[in-house]
Amino acid sequence: MAVSKDKIRNFSIIAHIDHGKSTLADRLLELTKSVALRDMTEQILDDMDLERERGITIKAHAVKLDYTANDGEVYELNLIDTPGHVDFNYEVSRSLAACEGAILVVDATQGIEAQTLANTYLALDHDLEIVPVINKIDLPSAMPDEVAKEIEDVIGLDCSVAPRVSAKTGLNVEQVLERIVQDIPAPKGDDSAPLRALIFDSVYDSYRGVIVYVRIMDGKIKAGDTMKMMQTGATFTVVEVGYMRAQSMEPADELCAGEVGYITASIKTVRDANVGDTVTLATNPAPEPLPGYRSVLPMVFCGVYPADGNDYEALRDALEKLRLNDAALSFEPETSGVLGFGFRCGFLGLLHLEIIQERLEREYDLDLVTTIPSVIYKIHMTDGSVVEIDNPTHYPNPANIDYCEEPFTNAHIYSPAEYVGTIMDLCQTRRGIFKGMDYITKDRVDILYELPLNEIIYDFFDSLKSRTRGYASFDYEICDYRRSNLVKLDVLLNGDVIDALSFIIHADMAYGKARKIAEKLKENIPRQMFEIPVQVAIGGKVIARETIKAMRKDVLAKCYGGDITRKKKLLEKQKEGKKRMRSFGSVEVPQEAFMAVLKLDDNN
Amino acid sequence: MPLGLYIHIPFCRSKCPYCDFYSVMPSGDTVDKYVKCVCNQLRGYDNYQFDTVYFGGGTPSVIGAENIAEILKCADITDNHEITVECNPSDCGDGGFDFEKAAKAGINRISFGLQSAVDSERKALGRRAGAQDVKNAVKRAQSDGIGNISLDLMLGIPGQNEDTLKRSVDFCFSAGVKHISAYILKIEECTYFYKAKDRLNLPDEDETADLYLKCVELTEQNGMKQYEISNFAFPGFESRHNLKYWRCEEYLGIGPAAHSFIGGKRFYYGRDLNEYLNNPQPVYDGSGGDFDEYAMLALRLTEGLQDSMAFERFGFHIPERFFEKAKKYEKNGLAEITDNSISLTAKGFLVSNAIIGDLLT
Repeated sequence: MAVSKDKIRNFSIIAHIDHGKSTLADRLLELTKSVALRDMTEQILDDMDLERERGITIKAHAVKLDYTANDGEVYELNLIDTPGHVDFNYEVSRSLAACEGAILVVDATQGIEAQTLANTYLALDHDLEIVPVINKIDLPSAMPDEVAKEIEDVIGLDCSVAPRVSAKTGLNVEQVLERIVQDIPAPKGDDSAPLRALIFDSVYDSYRGVIVYVRIMDGKIKAGDTMKMMQTGATFTVVEVGYMRAQSMEPADELCAGEVGYITASIKTVRDANVGDTVTLATNPAPEPLPGYRSVLPMVFCGVYPADGNDYEALRDALEKLRLNDAALSFEPETSGVLGFGFRCGFLGLLHLEIIQERLEREYDLDLVTTIPSVIYKIHMTDGSVVEIDNPTHYPNPANIDYCEEPFTNAHIYSPAEYVGTIMDLCQTRRGIFKGMDYITKDRVDILYELPLNEIIYDFFDSLKSRTRGYASFDYEICDYRRSNLVKLDVLLNGDVIDALSFIIHADMAYGKARKIAEKLKENIPRQMFEIPVQVAIGGKVIARETIKAMRKDVLAKCYGGDITRKKKLLEKQKEGKKRMRSFGSVEVPQEAFMAVLKLDDNN
Repeated sequence: MPLGLYIHIPFCRSKCPYCDFYSVMPSGDTVDKYVKCVCNQLRGYDNYQFDTVYFGGGTPSVIGAENIAEILKCADITDNHEITVECNPSDCGDGGFDFEKAAKAGINRISFGLQSAVDSERKALGRRAGAQDVKNAVKRAQSDGIGNISLDLMLGIPGQNEDTLKRSVDFCFSAGVKHISAYILKIEECTYFYKAKDRLNLPDEDETADLYLKCVELTEQNGMKQYEISNFAFPGFESRHNLKYWRCEEYLGIGPAAHSFIGGKRFYYGRDLNEYLNNPQPVYDGSGGDFDEYAMLALRLTEGLQDSMAFERFGFHIPERFFEKAKKYEKNGLAEITDNSISLTAKGFLVSNAIIGDLLT
């Protein structure tokens, strides 16, 4: 039964990774008896294995909680979980748009971090009421007073009544529920107006099709209605509406303005229910959709190939299944002379790439080879046309190129002040442009750099973490495209270009990188029957060269006691070993050699 | 057609740190029991005649010439035979292994494990006797009437270089032996060397390859001819027994870890002396003797894969693809091709696994 609007509270939890968002959500579920204690597994909202392991929330989830407040009234609390990572910024923004308030969780031992601020500003952009919560006060290194002051100074939120909790032990968590009821406003909205419902998430279910998660802004929706997506124009007949409970779906007669719930309508893919789109009714459509919709565009691209060519179809099936649930993932077939048949995949960012890769390997048991990630470059040709490429293989003949542009980002790095030197050093080597530095507190800084996206998509975050012993955090947004002196590096083995190893790089970095690649390949390609030149070239010009000498000897064992079988097995084993190599022309290249080049970073 | 007979003597007084061949310490009456067991088994094969016999090990000299003579009595051996016994020089000093008795029993070839004539290298290999002991053992065998002597050399020993190799090869020729086997040290798992390999100062791949080529050159300078990857002899002194392996001919192997090839079938006895003594059961190891196997073995010989011999045996010619594939190796000096044969050069032998593997696919 729907409760009256003034008893509804819609809220999100925002936090930096590892500050305890999911644990706090678990405690809220427990306290509102949404989940029987015996069913509690840690971080129940994160239901993908990967999420639980990495401690991040990949996709938004929502759950309805019934809470009897100190005033004796029963409130309907809708917790809309948000992804914490910058790659999913848009999804965060849509989740926040579905709420009237947000709980800001800050770790009492760490203080404010990059994503804390980024998400807080997003929440403020949506005019949300923000309830600060200081977490992990049970830890010996907790500094709740300092962190409270930091929040007041940096964000300007009053922390005098901010709950100080330990989500882990459950200490003071009931105060959070009270603050939600008291501080976050009830939703507004008109039940009699034409339907406008914001899609903040959608998931694919193999039985029901896509389940659309919505916040009803105005109007009502019920089973049997003909719903219409305002962006795509697609219409569907509503099969069921209802509320999300922690462990089940609870069908309802209708969803009214102010409520959060789900709709099923035999929708085939999540592409038909884009996050951010507005649902209305075909019979009485709203004149205007809700503001703020944009389609999500992949920013980072790489080739994904099955290690065993026979797995190509399995990889296609797996990607298709993942795409049902992930509108941001794109892929199209591509072929590589070295790696065979595979797919060019587009991702929101590097984390998204890693998550997809891990899910393919784990959930679909595929062994993959991925090529060096690339961004989208704009190549201005001498004839005035502009070509956008995300695959170095398509790099045009340099003679026809007027100039190139690459995407730049505004990047914020939050760190203890003692690491400023090493961070600036890192950013300098990544062609960063220093824009400024603010002291958030006397020993924490916010360093602002403009960094080319292609310098941060691969291993920037890892390098940053290792240089700052894990203390620095990092956030970025794409700002613009800038003219840049780019070149394409080709790797040649025995004179043949290995397309999977080609990549685009700034001319200033080309020589150093070329030398490292040549060395790595020499180290990792076993000697073969003939000498193999390893060359790295820009256009036709070789800028680094190594030689893999011809193999001089293989195993000559005494044929002992007439044991011919052992000899035969040795030859068989050798053939097996060859199968694990990629044959390119006359050169056999083991998987590890590719990996070694792809993983090339500052440290080796 | 007479067969080859291999008899494994699975006893060693000590284990060499690089060796993973099957052997145990001789203790109590195991030697006597073993000799009886071998004799019994041989009597079960009285329908076969043998023209080559090879006592390998382990260390056959450990059981003494009398026991070996005892075993030989149980086999039907042709008059024109070759009977080889592997001997450890440290068993063969004055009052040691009785070569006179051995010669009387029909033994006409002795193979000594020299490995190296350089004592520091012998020590690195854990060999008990010094080079001088080897020289004395060779002399004793020769003066007792066994003139066909082979010495084993090892290539790629910790600390070895071309100079020390030359000293070892010179040693063989000054000792007047007719045959040299030179094996490249292979670090086998389950040996002491495997555990210690990072500390051993082993010559690297290139150095070892150079040592091998040097060995080929030095033996030829002294009048021997290479006839197999690891074997060199004055003409007429090639090991008839070992040639049976390479030419894919039949042989019977007796003893734990000994392999047989009879009637198109390969079988062997397990690496377990007690099991062998209690209940010697051959383990079937698949069929053998098809063309691929024949080619794999023939290419280990300098005579190579010969069309006339293959045709006689199989009734068809060497497939054209063998010649096609061999061409690129010929171009690089790894193989030689004539109208009716493919053979590997010394450089080719060094990478024979890769070449043979390629030719056979």
